[in-house]
Amino acid sequence: MLISTTKGEMNDSLLEKREGSVDNENEYTTWVEYWLEGELVHRSAHVTLKQAPGFTVGETATL
Amino acid sequence: MANTQSMCTSFLGELMTATHNFGVAPTRGTTAADTFKAALYFASATINASTTVYSATGEIGNSGSYSAGGTAVTNANPPASASGTPATTAGTGYWTPSANVGWTGVTAAAFDTLLLYNSTQSNKAVSVHTFGSQTITSGNITITMPTNAAASALLRLVTT
Repeated sequence: MLISTTKGEMNDSLLEKREGSVDNENEYTTWVEYWLEGELVHRSAHVTLKQAPGFTVGETATL
Repeated sequence: MANTQSMCTSFLGELMTATHNFGVAPTRGTTAADTFKAALYFASATINASTTVYSATGEIGNSGSYSAGGTAVTNANPPASASGTPATTAGTGYWTPSANVGWTGVTAAAFDTLLLYNSTQSNKAVSVHTFGSQTITSGNITITMPTNAAASALLRLVTT
């Protein structure tokens, strides 16, 4: 598979692949990196938003 | 039967369609939905509840398919409202973009924020969504939207 890198498109067989993820109440994020001889040449991230900054509408009227 | 003081659940959804106007609002030439956009900001920027309009200050630079202002979000589903528990007092108005947003071929230093704003209404800010800081190197960014439901939508107005 060809990977877009800082050095142009490269076959992934030539690269070291590293992956990771973060999962918390706010997001689920995965990322993938490709390294060439110790140099980062590609990094992508996929962020899934979980929690919206919703707000509560208060009841303020006094009758 | 008894009466119960509450904000009406239907009103919460209608707020998102500008059905009610308690003040002076923009004159609308159409009933069509506005265009909303999503832009990304560096972790070093200051985007928060005090943000009133989109600004290029602190926004990630033009790279790959990303350009200043970000991209329009797909809006195929109108706002909705749903009763909570108890239905006599609790409800939620909610809305979520109907598709994910993403950019390809991007190189960007650490960013951690998506600003949703209304490009039809003078780029007025809507909401700020933060996530863990990410750097992108000749890569892709995808922001997946949450499920469009009362408990999880991207935008929610809630009474309890």
